[in-house]
Amino acid sequence: MTLAGISFAYLRARPLAAALNVLLLALGVATVTVLLLASRQIESRMLRDAEGVDLVVGAKGSPMQLVLSAVFHIDVPAGNIPLEEARALAAHRAVKKAIPLALGDSFRGYRIVGTTHDYPAHYGARVAAGGLWEKPMQAVLGSEVARATGIGVGARLVGAHGMGGEDTGEAHEETPYEVVGVLAPTGTVLDRLVLTAVESVWEVHGTAGEPEEYQEITALLIRYASPLAAATMPRQVNANPALQAASPAYESARLFRMIGVGVEVLRAFGIVLMLAAGLSVFIALTHALEERRYDLAVMRMLGAARAKLFALLVLEGVLLAAAGAALGLALGHAATGAIGALMAAQHQGPLTGLLWLNEEWWVAGAALGVGLFAALVPGLRAMRAEVAHALAEG
Amino acid sequence: MLGLKNVRKRYGAGEVLALERFEAAQGEHWLVLGPSGSGKTTLLHLIAGLLAPSEGEIEVAGQRLAGLAGAALDRWRGRTVGIVPQKLHLVPSLTVMQNLSLAPYLAGLPEEPARATRLLAELGLADRAGARPHQLSHGQAQRVAVARAVMNRPKVLLADEPTSNLDDAACEATLELLQAQARACGATLLVATHDRRAHRRFERVLELGR
Repeated sequence: MTLAGISFAYLRARPLAAALNVLLLALGVATVTVLLLASRQIESRMLRDAEGVDLVVGAKGSPMQLVLSAVFHIDVPAGNIPLEEARALAAHRAVKKAIPLALGDSFRGYRIVGTTHDYPAHYGARVAAGGLWEKPMQAVLGSEVARATGIGVGARLVGAHGMGGEDTGEAHEETPYEVVGVLAPTGTVLDRLVLTAVESVWEVHGTAGEPEEYQEITALLIRYASPLAAATMPRQVNANPALQAASPAYESARLFRMIGVGVEVLRAFGIVLMLAAGLSVFIALTHALEERRYDLAVMRMLGAARAKLFALLVLEGVLLAAAGAALGLALGHAATGAIGALMAAQHQGPLTGLLWLNEEWWVAGAALGVGLFAALVPGLRAMRAEVAHALAEG
Repeated sequence: MLGLKNVRKRYGAGEVLALERFEAAQGEHWLVLGPSGSGKTTLLHLIAGLLAPSEGEIEVAGQRLAGLAGAALDRWRGRTVGIVPQKLHLVPSLTVMQNLSLAPYLAGLPEEPARATRLLAELGLADRAGARPHQLSHGQAQRVAVARAVMNRPKVLLADEPTSNLDDAACEATLELLQAQARACGATLLVATHDRRAHRRFERVLELGR
């Protein structure tokens, strides 16, 4: 017989009340856990995707849309920019490196991106099978594209007009790509792209034969030669009526701020749930005190010190909280995994429930603290409970 | 032994117990007789250290109770005094066996499952070890309460109105059980009752009240 055994026996005697308290706490813990896991993963993924890109240049429009479409490949681009303008910019002495991107088509929901070998090199991508493209109409698959579609080197794929959303248009049947390579996983947006030469995109859209001054690309990812360029470059670009410059770092920070409000609201909701659970545990234990007046008196009669009765009540609160925390963490991880599976089905980035963050210890600790705190007052009352009268009446 | 000298217990202005002198030798069986309100339960609680006297001295099994307080008093009570309360007060969430184990556990003594099993068998409750208190008849519950009271081989066994609402045969059996168990551990037995039927089983009687 142990104190925990007695506490457990009491909890088991009222299984419904105990289960409700555990569930309430678990929901709060799960909400906070999901937010923690999801926001941390999304944030770190966006940081990885935007790493080393100082400036994005695209068609005039919203800078946020430009970053979303050209860096994270979430939104659709506003339009294209003339190749000559892009070339002039790439040759600028403040630019260390410029990677062109030509968007427009997709393959089974995955974007086909016309670019140069600099693009996979930028993310440090390794070739898992085959090699990179050497001429137009050769394609290299990102790791997830290859895994999800099940095709590999030597296969032919046909792009469809559009970005893979509901507006995906007709297939470019007469201009199939040949898959020449598959990339190893990089943990970046590259995993969900089909890469090819810029010229392929022109070929598919029937502009390949036209003179260079009529060619277009969608965006240019720029790395500065010196940080000083950040002061002048965006202004210079924006002065051009055809071009828009956007800083991925600035736009992502703006995006986090906007999403941040929602995240804060949800986190507050989770915390309110946990506090409500604490209140519920408090009520349950206070109620239990009334119910167990005689039990507590009998325990004193049998030789239990006051401190032992205090410990008994507190232990009960902590047991409930521990069960709630464990269930909540499990639920949170499962829910994050489920959301990740849902996002994967929409070709959005990977989100896994199989990740343990150190902050989760804090969440578990907070849950235990809630249980402990809720049990404190009932515990003190159990300690002070009168014995002789309770034994005499009844 | 057990000795009380000039003990008074008052609640506010009212005096519920006044006992000039009472002494009982180890192993003696006493009946504490008196109408309700005469302070029988108060006397038992004073001896058990559950209440402190307003005046006077109490010594139980060689221990002056005034010299004990807090956790030490609780511990002493758990190890020295066995109590069968009038309403029995078995712990409803625990099984019969767990109710018995509670006594040594809370008194800080080693649990003796073999002793608990033997006591249950002796009291004809061998098959009720896993039952919960609400599944027991009143007679069975009372036997469990007696077993719990003697689990720690107390030096003093106190029973409060054990025979109320019992027919003659059950009354006899209950008193017999208490005396047998008190004898088995050499305890001084005090049975508080207003039931005159108990009279003939006891040679020593302490009459309370006017």
